[in-house]
Amino acid sequence: MNFSLTSEQQLLRNTAREFLAIECPTSVVREAEESGVGHAPDLWRKMADLGWMGICLPKKYGGEESLLTDQTVLFEEVGRALVPGPLLSSSVLAAQIVLHGGTDQQKETLLPGMIRGEIILTLARGERLETSSQSGNLVLSGDSSFVRYAGSANQIICATRPAIGAWPDTTLVLVDGQADGVIKTAMESIANYPQFLVEFDDVSLPDDAVLGEIAEGRVALELATQRATVIQCAETLGRAEKVLDMVVEYAGMRQQFGQPIGTFQAVQHRCANLKVAVDSGRLLTYQAAWRLDQNLRASDEIAMAKAQSGTLSRLATETGHSIFAGISFTVEHDMHLYSDRAKIAEANLGDTEYHLDQMIVD
Amino acid sequence: MDFDFTPEQSQFKDELREFLRAEVPLEKQEVFGQWSEEQYQFGREINRQLAARNWLAIGLPEKYGGGGKGAIERGILAEELGYGRVPKAGFIGLGIVAPAIMAFGTKDQKDLYLSPIAKGEVEYCQGFSEPNVGSDLASLELRAERDGDGYVLNGAKMFTSYAFQADYIYLLARTDPQAEKHRGISLFIVDMKTSGISLQPLPYINGEMAAQVDFDNVCLPWSSLIGEENRGWYQAMTTLDYERSGLGRYGSVRRVFDDITDFCNDSAPDGGQPLAEHPLVRHQLADRRLGMETWKLLCWRVAWLQSTGSTPNAEASIAFLYGTDERLRFAEMAMEVLGPYATLRNGSGQAPLLGNIEGIHREAMHLHGAGTTEIHRNIIAQRGLGMPR
Repeated sequence: MNFSLTSEQQLLRNTAREFLAIECPTSVVREAEESGVGHAPDLWRKMADLGWMGICLPKKYGGEESLLTDQTVLFEEVGRALVPGPLLSSSVLAAQIVLHGGTDQQKETLLPGMIRGEIILTLARGERLETSSQSGNLVLSGDSSFVRYAGSANQIICATRPAIGAWPDTTLVLVDGQADGVIKTAMESIANYPQFLVEFDDVSLPDDAVLGEIAEGRVALELATQRATVIQCAETLGRAEKVLDMVVEYAGMRQQFGQPIGTFQAVQHRCANLKVAVDSGRLLTYQAAWRLDQNLRASDEIAMAKAQSGTLSRLATETGHSIFAGISFTVEHDMHLYSDRAKIAEANLGDTEYHLDQMIVD
Repeated sequence: MDFDFTPEQSQFKDELREFLRAEVPLEKQEVFGQWSEEQYQFGREINRQLAARNWLAIGLPEKYGGGGKGAIERGILAEELGYGRVPKAGFIGLGIVAPAIMAFGTKDQKDLYLSPIAKGEVEYCQGFSEPNVGSDLASLELRAERDGDGYVLNGAKMFTSYAFQADYIYLLARTDPQAEKHRGISLFIVDMKTSGISLQPLPYINGEMAAQVDFDNVCLPWSSLIGEENRGWYQAMTTLDYERSGLGRYGSVRRVFDDITDFCNDSAPDGGQPLAEHPLVRHQLADRRLGMETWKLLCWRVAWLQSTGSTPNAEASIAFLYGTDERLRFAEMAMEVLGPYATLRNGSGQAPLLGNIEGIHREAMHLHGAGTTEIHRNIIAQRGLGMPR
């Protein structure tokens, strides 16, 4: 039993925190939000140079082949700094789908470029995406909502269900983000978060558009979703830790009734409650990551981590706004940057109720 | 990181569980909210059997009859004894007194006190709280004055569990009323048969019989002082952390949670689908399971910290606070799911789960032991987060 980070993981954490303190102040976060693209291209290139996009991908594609636990460490920092851009959707979720579901050729084509920060991938899923075979050609139709960073994505991985009577299970297909018949409409979201409705108007796909094999996409999709869910928890954890640091610091400085508000038990107890939730979130998240690294069954532990992550998000938001109080109701104060993104994260990859429902109760 | 035991630790856990399954059958197991002398004596008997295997004082050195193992093995033992519902006996001596003697006792004191504790032969009670002293423990008033032959105790202790069974009381008394309050306190071990000690019964709502312990000119030999005079507060606080993982409490609650989960999977009181298939029940069970698993991790973090040689502080309060809150959340959930059946006590023919649900709800009102939840929040804020005192 050992709940501590290795010295390499501590180094990774410190390096990432120092880098992001310089390269990703909240002014960068605000610019990315205001641009409508949700992306900071300079920061993106620098993060790619640091190898962050390939941290868990094989060396032969230019990755670092590190543990999911290492990526968890990194994403705690990404969460703390509110890093904008499709790190999670492209370098974790979509990249892992390619890794587990793609052919060698597809991995060669997509992963090195993704790791270098030149290719952005995203996933479109939903009940209304359908692939069918029309006179020998594969045709994609339907639409998908909440496709993250579809506006910037070079390739969209579509998790499609078969047309009635065709093959039996999920088929993953790759679609060029600029292809004819791909219509992207921004869904105006909290924090200007880049989520899109993407419609596919009978898009004809080339033969090599199928990722892996027809009707064999489910396993890759599930493996990637598991890893991305853990990483989403890590990001939320980092953001909540940062909120805790901020409120504790503020409560120590802000004077009312002639003393720092941090001397009041009412304030201390709110902070203590958030500390308990943060520590719980850390243990649950790292437990899930560790189990995946050990190739142990982890679906239950992942569901627990994400279920707790939702409550952690809500508690961090409430604690932050309650202790910062009036000033955090202003746009110029940073607190809402954290609470806005907390909601995006909470809804992503299943919320508390969804994951409680996934948990085993026997 | 590593969330698992070593193969040796897993083997110990398996052997222990096997032993308890064989030796502690259902009818002998502790039921929440119930206490009987017979059951307590059975707990002492099990302790002696554990001692014969060097498992009881698993953390004490072998030369005193212990197991010579570390904090992880101590955690395994505590969790399994709780999960196996072994009637509690001897745990103040094992968990609090022995570590204090190891840390601060003289060679003579170690020789005198440790081996009987490790063999399960003695019972201790703890004299910290007083009629006027709770959360502000350092303001305690029991006086220990020097006279020619030793110390003389005058005053009272309260909320003293196991006082009626105890051979010794491990207590804090004020030796220097002039000093700053934390610096005038000393730690003693007192024979309960000493003249001048009297007990007033103090029945608890969970079925235990605690006491107020009155001290009227109780004469102690010099050798009853543990460690340094006037350093008792710091010594006691250091060794209190020793058993702070709370894994025993976790194990005992987890057992009832697992029982009620089985019950909900197996029972269909309305003749239709099992309780666990009702979405609302299922949801509550899942939510509490998340709570249980979180609690377990927080406890094991404390045990792991101890195994590295660190002294958990805020981490212990986090685990303790979480456990107290989770036990109550669980008890409320269980009461709700079982409806009026949850109000039936052990002994009622229709009580589900031996009446453990009714009992655990009373036990869950124990929101104060080892510090109220508010005190733990203070500790987390001040020591864990560095907020001002």
